[in-house]
Amino acid sequence: MDRQRVRTGTDETQAATPAALLETMMLIRAYELKLPEIGIKMVCTSVGQEASAAGVVHALAAEDLILTNHRSAGHLIARGADPGRMLAEVMGKSTGYCKGKSGTLHISVKDLGIVLTSTIVGGELSLAPGVALSQQQLERPGIVACFFGDGAATEGVFHESLNLAAKWNLPILYICENNQWQAYVHRRETMLTDHISTWAAKYGIESLTVDGNDVTAVHAAARVAADKVRTARKPFFLETYTFRMHGHMEADDLSYVDREELAAWAAKDPIQRQTERIVREGLLSAEDVAQMETRVRSTIESAVAFAGSSPYPELSELTTEIYA
Amino acid sequence: MPNVSVQEAISQALTEEMRRDPRVLIFGEGVATKRYDMVKEFGAQRVRNTPLAEGIIAGTAAGAAATGLRPVVDLLFSPFLCFAMEEIVNSAGKLRYISGGQFSFPMVAMALTGAGWGVGAQHNQNNEAWFVHSPGLKVVMPSTPADFKGLLKAAIRDENPVLFFTDIALAFESGEIPAGGEIVPLGKAAVRREGTDVTLISYAKTVHSCMKAAERLAEREISAQVIDLRTLKPLDEETILNAARKTGRIIVVHEASRMCGVGAEVASIVAEKAFASLKAPVKRLTGPDAPAPASFPLEQAFVPQPDAIVEAAVQLVEYGQTVAVRNLPDVAVAK
Ligand SMILES: Cc1ncc(C[n+]2csc(CCOP(=O)(O)OP(=O)(O)O)c2C)c(N)n1
Ligand SMILES: [Mg+2]
Repeated sequence: MDRQRVRTGTDETQAATPAALLETMMLIRAYELKLPEIGIKMVCTSVGQEASAAGVVHALAAEDLILTNHRSAGHLIARGADPGRMLAEVMGKSTGYCKGKSGTLHISVKDLGIVLTSTIVGGELSLAPGVALSQQQLERPGIVACFFGDGAATEGVFHESLNLAAKWNLPILYICENNQWQAYVHRRETMLTDHISTWAAKYGIESLTVDGNDVTAVHAAARVAADKVRTARKPFFLETYTFRMHGHMEADDLSYVDREELAAWAAKDPIQRQTERIVREGLLSAEDVAQMETRVRSTIESAVAFAGSSPYPELSELTTEIYA
Repeated sequence: MPNVSVQEAISQALTEEMRRDPRVLIFGEGVATKRYDMVKEFGAQRVRNTPLAEGIIAGTAAGAAATGLRPVVDLLFSPFLCFAMEEIVNSAGKLRYISGGQFSFPMVAMALTGAGWGVGAQHNQNNEAWFVHSPGLKVVMPSTPADFKGLLKAAIRDENPVLFFTDIALAFESGEIPAGGEIVPLGKAAVRREGTDVTLISYAKTVHSCMKAAERLAEREISAQVIDLRTLKPLDEETILNAARKTGRIIVVHEASRMCGVGAEVASIVAEKAFASLKAPVKRLTGPDAPAPASFPLEQAFVPQPDAIVEAAVQLVEYGQTVAVRNLPDVAVAK
C-alpha cells in the first residue's frame, strides 16, 4: 500500500489533476465509511468535507508541515498516509503510526510532515506558531498548514495564535473548516459572524472564504494561499465553508440536526459534484470512474486486512517513550 | 570561585547555552527588554518579547521544540502557568508518548514562585507538585546559585520539557559558582550537610532553613543531615532511601502545601521501601493549605522556619524514648 502522494518541492506550482482530487476524496470517504461498518463508532469522520482535505493538502509541498484536529483522517489520507497503518492505529495495534498509543484522535506521521493531530480543540492552533518559528529560524523553505474547526475559533488560543503569527510573520496557512457544528452546538449559537475569515482580517491576516464542497475551488484557493505564505513568509487564512454530514462521532445519530439544512448540504456533496464535472468535461468516462471506485475499495479492503491481522502492542509498551 | 547572584547565574546559563547551541532561543513577556545584552549578542530572532498570552507562549515553545528548536520560555510568576497548563501538560508532556516516540519536546518553562516579596496569592503559589504529577515533564527547583546555573544548563540540554522554578526569595541571593559553568545533572539530590541522627529533606528556600536548623541542632548535640532534592522529577529515590536507612528519622520541609505535595511522595517512598529503618514516623513541615498572603508577618508564618524544624527534629529524636517502638534491624544497608 504505497500511496505516497506527497509532492516534491520541484512541482509545487503544479495543480493536482481533477482525477487525483476525486480519487483522494473517494479514498477518504471509503476509509471513513468503513470504520462504523466494522464496528468502530467512537470516531469523528469528515464525511461531506472531503473537498477541504483533498483540495488543501494537494496544494502543499513535501517540505511543508501539517497540524490538524480530531477530524483528521482526510488530511492524513490526502497527504499519502497509508490507510492500513491509520486503521491499525485506530484499532490500537502496534503497526499503527503511533504504535497504538494514539488511537484515532492524535495520529501524527513525522515522515509525512504531519506533526500533530490534536484532540484538545485548539491544540493545533497553539503549536502551529512554534512549528512555523522552526521553519523561519532554521531557514527551512516549508510552510505550516494548520487545520481546525469553527469551534476551535472560539477558543482563546485561536486569537493568541493568529495575533502572534501576524506579528512575527510566521509562515502559517490557517485552514478553518467551518462545518457549522461544534460537537452538539450549532455555530450560530456561538458567534455573531457566519464567516471566521472576518476575524482573521482584524488581526491583519489576509483571508478568503471558499465553497468548501467544491474541490476545484478549494484547490485553486489553497494554491494561491499556500503560494502567498511561501513567498511572503507570513500567515494566510483560508476558510472552507462546509457541513458536517455525519454526527460529531459515528455513534451520534444527528437527531438534533435540522433536516432541511442537512438536505440542502447533501445536494452539494463534493464527491458527486466532482464526479459529475469530470464526466461532463470528458476528463474521465463513467467506466474510468467505476475503475477508480474499485481501486479505492480494494485499497480499503487491504487496509482492513492489514490492521485486523496486526498484533496489539506488548504490554511493556505501556511505559515506554514517555521521556526522550 | 566567583561570587554571583542567582539572577546572574541564570543569565550565565542562558548565555552560555545560546553560545553553544544556535537552536536555543528564549522568549516571553519582557524577555528582550530585560535581557537586552542578550539581544545584542544573539539578535532579536533568538531573544524575543511576546504578546501577553501565556498559552501561546508555551504552545509556541512546544511546537518549536517538536520541530528542531530548543526554546526557553519565561512565564514570569507561577500562578500564570495556569494559562499555559494546556500547552505544557497536554501537549509538551503527552505528545511524545502519544506519537509513539516520533517527536520530542526539548524545552524549558521558567517561573518565579514562593514567599519573600509579599506579592500575594496571584503571583505566588508553590504549584510545582502539579507538574510532578503530570507525565512527561521534569521539574527542577534549585536552592543555590551554582545549582541554578548548572541545572538550567542541564535543563536546556535535556530532550524533555522541564519546568524550572525560581524561588523568589533566592533570586538575589549570592553564592560561589565554579568557574567554567559546571553542569548539574537532573535527577540527583545533593547532601548539603552530613549527619547521623535525623535527615532534613527539602528544596528551594527551605533548604536554607534546614541548614540553619541543623546548626542549632548541633548545639544541642543532635546531628542533622540535610538533603536538597533540587530536581523534583525525576526524584532521587536512592539518596532519599540512603538517608532513611542512615538516620532512621526523616523530616520533609517545603513551602508548598502538604496534601499531595512532594513531601507526601518522599514520606511514601520511605514508608514503602525503608520502613524497617525508621525509628520514628516521617514528619512533614509545609506551608498551609491557604492562598499565599501578602502581609510580611503572615507570609513569613506561611514558610516553615528554622525554629519549627528544630522542634520537629527534637521530637523525632525523643520519639523512641517516650513511645515504645520496635526497632527492626536494617538489612538493606549495613552501616
Ligand atoms: C479543549 C476541548 N474542549 C472540548 C472538547 C470536546 N470536543 C471535541 S470536538 C468538539 C467540537 C469541535 O468543533 P470544531 O472545532 O468546529 O471542529 P469539528 O468537530 O466541527 O470538526 C468538542 C467540543 C475537546 N476535545 N477539547
Ligand atoms: Mg465545526
